Amino acid sequence: MENEKLSLPNYNIPEDMQDVVAITTLDRLYNWGRRSSVWPLMFGLACCAIEMIAAQTARYDMARFGMEVMRPTPRQADMMLVSGTVTKKMLPVIVRLYNQMPEPKYVVAMGACASGGGPFKEGYNVVAGIDKFLPVDIYIPGCPPTPQALIAGMIKLQEKIDKESLKKVRWYNKEKKDGNYVPMPILGPDLIDVRRNAEYKQAAAKTTEESA
Amino acid sequence: MATAIETQTVDLAARFPGIVSADSRPGYAGFMIPKENLVEVATALRDELGYDLLTSLTGVDYIAENKMEVVYHAYKTTGGAGIVFKVQVERVDPMEIPSLTHLWHGVEFQEREVWDLFGIKFANHPDLRRILMWEGFDGHPLRKDWREPFFEEEVKPYKSRWPEGKHTFAEDKNIFHDNLKFPKDFDPEKYVVDKEEDLYASLERYTLKDEAGKMKTDHIVVNLGPHHPSTHGVLRVAVTLDGETVIGLKPVMGYLHRNHEKIGERNTYLQIIPYTDRLDYFNSMSNNFGYVTTVEKLLKIQVAERAEYIRVIMAELSRIQNHLIFVGMLINDLGSMYTPSLYAFEERELILDIFEAVSGSRMMCNYYRFGGVVRDVSDDILQKIKDLVFDRLPAKTDEMERFLNENEILVGRLKGTHVLSAEEAINYSVTGPVLRAAGVPYDLRRADPYSIYDRFDFDVAVRQNGDMMDNYLIRFDEIRQSIRILEQAVKGIPQGPINSQKPNYQIKAPAGEAYGRIESPKGELGFYMVSNGKGNPYRYHVRAPSFVNLTAIEKMCTGTKIQDFVALVAMLDIVMGELDR
Repeated sequence: MENEKLSLPNYNIPEDMQDVVAITTLDRLYNWGRRSSVWPLMFGLACCAIEMIAAQTARYDMARFGMEVMRPTPRQADMMLVSGTVTKKMLPVIVRLYNQMPEPKYVVAMGACASGGGPFKEGYNVVAGIDKFLPVDIYIPGCPPTPQALIAGMIKLQEKIDKESLKKVRWYNKEKKDGNYVPMPILGPDLIDVRRNAEYKQAAAKTTEESA
Repeated sequence: MATAIETQTVDLAARFPGIVSADSRPGYAGFMIPKENLVEVATALRDELGYDLLTSLTGVDYIAENKMEVVYHAYKTTGGAGIVFKVQVERVDPMEIPSLTHLWHGVEFQEREVWDLFGIKFANHPDLRRILMWEGFDGHPLRKDWREPFFEEEVKPYKSRWPEGKHTFAEDKNIFHDNLKFPKDFDPEKYVVDKEEDLYASLERYTLKDEAGKMKTDHIVVNLGPHHPSTHGVLRVAVTLDGETVIGLKPVMGYLHRNHEKIGERNTYLQIIPYTDRLDYFNSMSNNFGYVTTVEKLLKIQVAERAEYIRVIMAELSRIQNHLIFVGMLINDLGSMYTPSLYAFEERELILDIFEAVSGSRMMCNYYRFGGVVRDVSDDILQKIKDLVFDRLPAKTDEMERFLNENEILVGRLKGTHVLSAEEAINYSVTGPVLRAAGVPYDLRRADPYSIYDRFDFDVAVRQNGDMMDNYLIRFDEIRQSIRILEQAVKGIPQGPINSQKPNYQIKAPAGEAYGRIESPKGELGFYMVSNGKGNPYRYHVRAPSFVNLTAIEKMCTGTKIQDFVALVAMLDIVMGELDR
């Protein structure tokens, strides 16, 4: 916890100013401002989306943690809650939505399917986990995770935000200009991840040799 | 109380001598029709014999006999047993049989599904494109010789996991180290991506011809979804608009196609139950109910008496919470963001508490077993159900109706929009509340009773106008009838065993076929299963009410305003898990 150390005030504040002045680090202030206003993308894929809705209702009330402002458009969202099975047919849409989200952005994989394919992993139209394409920050186990588990996952995300430093975050990194841009996959005879084209070509040629 | 129901089916072979023959395979029923005579026989079935509701259509791949079969299930909307007829074709590409879309519009999506998953073409189909997978996908997945990329063995349990449980990752076995399968010598760089020209071309047919002298207007094509807040999941709809008026509409689905049927055909009978939970994820209890009813038909076993009551209680509680959510979500989509849904979710949580207490899970209950249920309902849970049924739910239903029914905006938006007549509803194979709101009193709990529904005193909720307002009101009628059934069930529940069978993980069903159907909150939920005498179903098909009801959306929307379309999607009460399977 280097931030904790940083924000320990080593300055002696004059006694008459102690009620007026507090000293902290810019990182701490920046993270404090962001941690309680994580706006999720209003984006339901499958069963988990219903528990996501339930977590917003009166009984669980996710608004207590500042995460209730669901934005239907990716341009206004900070966090993508991948709530359900990611299918090959849906994947290009998800990647496009992710690319449209402005930085800083986070991805939470909610449930077994989004984390690793879940019970549907063996299916021919199922992507075995969204982390094959998007960088996932938090995984929430469960099928579906209960609203309590979802809130616990969100609090884990807040803890992660607390540890970030302005100096290191990727969205202020000059070398990484396009941030976390993920190239769009293509729907061909099967799902084509364009980053792996050469590998596919090589493997497909090998299948021919073996069968010949 | 229940009326006597005609169980006699017609002898189609006597009506069409020399053409139609009875299906003589052991365990099978129904009639075989040569494909040349299909249209002729189907017309007679519909117009002369009164089988006006063609509910289910699916394919079976009999690879050993080198045949492909298409199975039709037709019923009468007056109730009673149905009729099964089948068409077989040689398993040589290209396979083609005549389409029945001009007789029953409701088969349009189901025929497209058979084309997509089996590769059987339907002649004269108005819009034969792939429906669940995308255009350009390699192969027809439900054929028995088509193997998924993570293929391990034909059937479960896989030898690699049992008994030592030495598991290897599926990724390690695949040549691409992923859930992928490409044709030989595939070059991804040279692949030409499908631009969905066929989809937009199918919208073309709506384009109005400009008449001379009239003002020329441009039409725009708008894609709603698959990411859209009011599409209830990942439904996509391509709409052609003239101003704000919808002149053409095509739903695009498959964005949640989780290969339920392919996985189901690998699974053992018991392993399928948790998968059915995830079909219509609001009503896992109803899905379980439909599936076990079908397998019990196949196994020909009786259900324990106490379990029958528990099943009915759980299914009706499920119906109540589904309809409450329906009302909340409908009003949400009409623009009253969230407040009515909060009322709905409050009651739903109480019902989910009961589900959690009996099954251990809020949503994915996995509660029904062949011959009964998995755990007993204790007395204090029964007391909780009684409190809910006798005190809370009737009062809360009244309260919701009092708040909403006469709301001016609600009435203004709902009354008279999207009228579906009874004839159209039947022709589009619409079932469930949407059909009953159109004036057809067709409820499987009465029309073709399953389980113990013939013992309860309740009315079939029916409304006459078929507009949005009736569709909204009928949900409250159904909640009241469900409460009536629940009152009788919790009073009459006997003591006794909760399962008539011994626990058995490897059930083997005798060879044959079975079609079981129940009245799920969304309509007729049917399961078609074929067994070849082994521990896994040979064919496993889900006739999802959301999927078939959606066929009518094109008809209902054309000519109305785009903002009413959003309300209509809510009104059809579709769930993507069930729609795409």
